[in-house]
Amino acid sequence: MAIGETIRNSQIWKSIFRHPMPLDRRNRIVVMLTNFFLHLHPVSIKKQGIALSFTWCMGGVTFFLFLVETVTGVLLMFYYRPTLEWAYNDILALRDVTSLGILRELHRWGAHAMVITTWLHMYRVFLTGSYKPPREFNWVIGVILLLLTLLLSFTGYLLPWDQLAIWAITVGSNMARATPLLGYEGPGQQLLTIGGLDMITDGSDARFGLLGARFVGEETLNRFYVLHCIAIPLAVALLLAIHFWRVRKDGGISGPL
Amino acid sequence: MHSNELFLKDVAGFLGGYYAAIAIMNGIAALILWQRKHQPVWAVIWTTFACVMMVLGSLALSGSEATVPSLPESVRNLVNTLSGPVNYTVGTTVLLVGFFVYRKFFVQPMVAWSLFNVALLLMGLSMADQNFALIVMKADNVPIVGLVFLLAFFTWVATKQAVVNDERMLRGEPPIEKVNDEKVLVWPDLVYTELICMIAVTAFLLAWAILLPAPLEEPASSVKTPNPSKAPWYFLGLQEMLVYFDPWYAGVVLPSLVIFGLMALPYIDFNKKGNGYYTIAERKFAYLTFQFGFLELWITLIILGTFLRGPNWNFFGPFEYWSPYKVEVLNNVDLPQMFWIGLFDRPLPLAAADSPWYVQIGTILLREAPGLILVGAYLVLLPPLMAVTIFRRYYAKMGLIRYMVMANLMLLMLSLPLKMILRWTVNLKYIVSIPEISLNF
Repeated sequence: MAIGETIRNSQIWKSIFRHPMPLDRRNRIVVMLTNFFLHLHPVSIKKQGIALSFTWCMGGVTFFLFLVETVTGVLLMFYYRPTLEWAYNDILALRDVTSLGILRELHRWGAHAMVITTWLHMYRVFLTGSYKPPREFNWVIGVILLLLTLLLSFTGYLLPWDQLAIWAITVGSNMARATPLLGYEGPGQQLLTIGGLDMITDGSDARFGLLGARFVGEETLNRFYVLHCIAIPLAVALLLAIHFWRVRKDGGISGPL
Repeated sequence: MHSNELFLKDVAGFLGGYYAAIAIMNGIAALILWQRKHQPVWAVIWTTFACVMMVLGSLALSGSEATVPSLPESVRNLVNTLSGPVNYTVGTTVLLVGFFVYRKFFVQPMVAWSLFNVALLLMGLSMADQNFALIVMKADNVPIVGLVFLLAFFTWVATKQAVVNDERMLRGEPPIEKVNDEKVLVWPDLVYTELICMIAVTAFLLAWAILLPAPLEEPASSVKTPNPSKAPWYFLGLQEMLVYFDPWYAGVVLPSLVIFGLMALPYIDFNKKGNGYYTIAERKFAYLTFQFGFLELWITLIILGTFLRGPNWNFFGPFEYWSPYKVEVLNNVDLPQMFWIGLFDRPLPLAAADSPWYVQIGTILLREAPGLILVGAYLVLLPPLMAVTIFRRYYAKMGLIRYMVMANLMLLMLSLPLKMILRWTVNLKYIVSIPEISLNF
């Protein structure tokens, strides 16, 4: 006890937490206002707004899974090399040799879980009509986040570089080949010619832009790796910040008027 | 037969644990019902059920063909014969409609609990089938099994509250969420809930990661195409649509429309009621449209694409061996052929190769006239027609632009089930087929 008291009275502790323990009403309010991580929340909230039967906690779980994916993902990046020579072998070693290779399981199952919890979160938001005014635009941001979540999962799917990976990505990205006007097997691409020269070929169409090559190869692995580890997470982080900010600004968690 | 014995030895441990888990779950349920809810009859029923599950569990642990509980061969064969894309789609639709219409009955806790147990029992019995287990236990398919149970659970949670609220509002009382609107401090009430949630998710994820290794197949080879080649599971609904549409529509246009439609949703739904609480009665149209798109078109197609589509994307029953040699007769016909050849017994209009461009285009338009007129009528004539008939009230409230966006999104969404029905009934392949510009619809 005495040690705890000494620590809480030290200059270091007081420089971090500028108020006493949140044990009484006043300090429970102060803690929400002075802590960076807690200030995302309001100070007080309607009781029904935090009832699990109402929120299912799925938005929170999705965000938590995003954090889990970030942490496990960064650790996996220390180990994994996105090249044809090493990609598969590194994953193999994570399974068979490396201690803490379970990070890959956590990352993969966390990713699947994140897709599912995103859907469940949206399902809840729809069923409670929480997308209705004034929260319309936050729903739109949410839909973009859904798309980015699927793209995160899709780009990550390629990285183990096994049969499952490249053929799933091949099947998925073959769709881009059929983009109207912009895919070289898509409707109307025949119309885009200049002086008899096709503008849309298998080396210049939407699929090529996605894969960086005519088929799923090393360029694709590199491209998907960068998208998966940097570009999409950054976009998600930005949109998440807006999403959470808007939840507060649009009147907090929804409820009957 | 020999391989089946080996398989049963393999799954014996899992099945034993599985039945034991169901038994424990029902034991706890019985305890709660007896002590807290004072429903001794139900407590006895679920205790008995738990005992039966324990017996099944010990039988399963034996791992021998004679004793592992499983569905009789005849039942499995019957299910295989009965299942096909048509019966599957019609069956799931009837099931979902039934759940919706009789929702007051199905949301009762004991009814839902019984259904849940029946589902778990059927799952356990099916898992003793080699073909079924092979697909369902494939590492990347496990999340979908989880998804199905989670969706069922949360749909029940939501519907139960909606039923209660709808009854309250019928009596002129506010929804239950309104009653509970005193304010509490976020610390400790919410922060602790969040902490517990985080710990629970972490524990769950760790258990999942320890129990189920992530899949890793052979090294990638661009010359060895697996059969079937499947996209990641969350895109399999889209891949299933490829059966009915060309990739440009099923793989590019329809997914874009799903995203666009979801974004447009809050701007189309002008109904001010049902904001912030569970209700069905106050927003029946929005509710049914969303559920049709989500549960029927998105989720059931993912389940179909994952568990029931095998080599060459052929349909396989849940207990059927995925043979790559299964042949399905494909005798689908395009609408122009039905029209010109079938109806008028004359060849398709064809322009001579050296005719000028306007003759060529004119001939193509003539050839495709029946399809183009049909599609045109569907997309151009139907929206205004509906605006003055079934959607008159909506049109008046929404105004032209919002109404047109809503009507077109609805019609495009319905293009999928319509095409499915046309394929199944008259073997229609394409309504419009202009290979000259790779446009097939």
